[in-house]
Amino acid sequence: MVQQTDRPSTRSAPVRERRFRWRPRSTFARHGLAVVIALVVVVLVLEFTSPFRNSQLATMSYYAIAAAGLTVLTGLNGQISLGHGALMAVGAYTTGLLLGPEGEGALPLPLVMLAAAAVTALVGAVVGAAAARLHGPYLAGATLALAVAVPGLAIYFDHTLGGEQGLRIASPDVPGWFDATIWFLFAHETPSAKYLAYLGWGTLLLVLLLLANLMAGRVGRVWRAVRDDEVAAELAGIRLGRVRVLAFVVSAACAGLAGAVLGVVVRLAAPSGFTIVLSLGLLTAVVVGGLGSLAGALLGSALLVFLPPAVTNLGIGAGLDGTQAAQLAPFVYGVVLILVMLLAPTGVVGVLKTVWGRRRRTR
Amino acid sequence: MKATALCAALAAAVLVSACGAGGRPEGGGAGTEAEVGITPTSVKVGAHFPLTGVAAPGYSEIPTGTKAYFDFVNAAGGIHGRQIEYVFRDDAYNPTQTSQVVNELVLQDQVFAMMGGLGTPTHSAVLDHLNSEGVPDLFVSSGSLLWDQPAENPMTFGWQPDYEIEAKIIGQYVAQNFPQARVGLFLQDDDLGRDAEIGARRYLENQIVAAERYTPGNTDVAPQIAALQAAGADLVIGFNVPSYTALSQLQSLRLNYRPQWIYSNIGSDPALVGSLLARFSEGAVTDAGLLEGVLTTEYLPGVDTPDNPWTQLFQRVWDAHGGEGELTNYRVYGMSEAYTFVQALQAAGPNPTREGIVDAVERAGGSFTGPWAAPFRYSADRHAGISGVQVTRIAGGTTQNLTPVLVTDNGDAPIREATGAPTQPPADGIPDVQPAS
Repeated sequence: MVQQTDRPSTRSAPVRERRFRWRPRSTFARHGLAVVIALVVVVLVLEFTSPFRNSQLATMSYYAIAAAGLTVLTGLNGQISLGHGALMAVGAYTTGLLLGPEGEGALPLPLVMLAAAAVTALVGAVVGAAAARLHGPYLAGATLALAVAVPGLAIYFDHTLGGEQGLRIASPDVPGWFDATIWFLFAHETPSAKYLAYLGWGTLLLVLLLLANLMAGRVGRVWRAVRDDEVAAELAGIRLGRVRVLAFVVSAACAGLAGAVLGVVVRLAAPSGFTIVLSLGLLTAVVVGGLGSLAGALLGSALLVFLPPAVTNLGIGAGLDGTQAAQLAPFVYGVVLILVMLLAPTGVVGVLKTVWGRRRRTR
Repeated sequence: MKATALCAALAAAVLVSACGAGGRPEGGGAGTEAEVGITPTSVKVGAHFPLTGVAAPGYSEIPTGTKAYFDFVNAAGGIHGRQIEYVFRDDAYNPTQTSQVVNELVLQDQVFAMMGGLGTPTHSAVLDHLNSEGVPDLFVSSGSLLWDQPAENPMTFGWQPDYEIEAKIIGQYVAQNFPQARVGLFLQDDDLGRDAEIGARRYLENQIVAAERYTPGNTDVAPQIAALQAAGADLVIGFNVPSYTALSQLQSLRLNYRPQWIYSNIGSDPALVGSLLARFSEGAVTDAGLLEGVLTTEYLPGVDTPDNPWTQLFQRVWDAHGGEGELTNYRVYGMSEAYTFVQALQAAGPNPTREGIVDAVERAGGSFTGPWAAPFRYSADRHAGISGVQVTRIAGGTTQNLTPVLVTDNGDAPIREATGAPTQPPADGIPDVQPAS
């Protein structure tokens, strides 16, 4: 299964060195520079788009954090997970329990988010330990069970977890210094929707930076080695089980962080928000974007967030009534998915790479 | 990579030039802006409904009814010369999605008010948001007590009778008419079941032999029905959604268990339950015949009473402005909510504001009359909806009234008969409420 996937190439490194001499030598500095540039772009985009776009971008940020984590697991380490929606639920519920419905007497938000990531990482370690022994469809089945069972737990422990109605989560207030800084730079107010978008994208960029470094370093090479040929990897002295569990833990921590962001953006953690549809959506984002590439995870998440409302509005514009237009969105979504699978199995990023490669060769 | 460098330089330039904004001016921005969602010729209202997914059957028809009634009002010139623009969006009964579509409605579509958003878990995801943004959140389509917290959520109003008062009225009816019955409760395990159990136990504490709860989403209700049978319950009161009416009927059929069933209003629509029965039994049961003799409650006229003047009005509206399909009880529900909204908008006066419409419902809402059987409980310190129901029996595809309309309130408020004759619709089908201030 994983053999067909697109492998991030490492061959062209010497060529790159010559071409882009001004780039920092160290991987970390290079990624850091990219993140700083991205941060500037994010700030500009958030400041010059409408509050509604801000809220959509906030939504995209939590999908992207989870998808990036899943990319590392599936694309790099070759483990499939249908349970990442459930791991997001763990993060969201942890956030909800620590922040409370009013947010009074609560821990500071960054600490709460770290706690959410830590708790989810712990769950990930347990699941990963079981998953390390499983392959392909068996692993898919086990993680699917996770996706089905976790929302059930929330209903079973309804006195602490709020049952079907879920836990209300206090949305964080915009800190004074933040508001003042944005005003100083742009003379714009910072409504809650925009602040949440900043929170989500700040977290996302941090996650991307850490994951990119992980992927470029020794850990990433080991993960790829395990994915590509486990026998060879084992012969080289890599302990498969440990590597697989670590990949699961890292990926789960990302899902937990994503859940924390989801919790404060949606202001609620409820079982119906973490159905199997969410897990499948994340997997879809990863595959459509381009398996194994962080940029692909970003693109896939954008598709998840922006496609359905765009299709619905097109439908209404074309004269359909509200219900028909709403039914059109899942349909178009399915069609896009099938088309991508048929025409571009390497995803959007795969196609772009191919096109780029061709251009370079013909020059 | 030159492009990146250029981008960075450009970004830096923008940053530097933007910094000129400097400090914040004091006390600015309190101008007399036009009210959001209101123009001299239009008023925009929004709603979220499950149009796709498991909760869509039935519930997705509600906004089509609402829209048909608004179109009817618009065709007659609108309210204070304003056309009502109604935007409803799909949340697939998923609270995460509700939060997204309500963002879209409030921030992008700039609605003046929300009207009739459906579902307890879904709507509670946007409760804080709407209240902190100051968006009137009128007539939530759910019987949870959450919508009646004016101190915490001053913009939110309930609409239908809450589950507690409905259960009180059913409980008293059972205590009076089936004093020997061994009563079982079949409850959805959330606010619906919890509020209902409080109401039912007020009158039936000594008669209840079993209370079984099911988790929505889990379609196997065999253990619950078997437990009710084992406890010897010969009368079962179900507070559940329609698909669980069908599931509980099929399961008791399988166990040859024949208690007297009583279902709450939300779970008893014969047409929908009939179609669900056919689907779940894969054609073995073809209609709602299983529901013959089942007791339920009503607070709105149904499509099974075509002679009711309100049903006639709604039929007329649907024929003129409806889309595909027949008039259904769900569409009647949507039209009744729309009728209430029109009254609220009239009460808010010729220049409605968000504060003003909330104020108007608090002042005048208690005296709104319409298709509903009992008055609303709206006042400055109550945001609770319709105050009563009547107990009915499903027989021969229609319903017979077993009691007059009974009204009550939460807690230990007594149950009494509604006073006053049934209301008649106005000749032109559009309410006429004077500004409340």
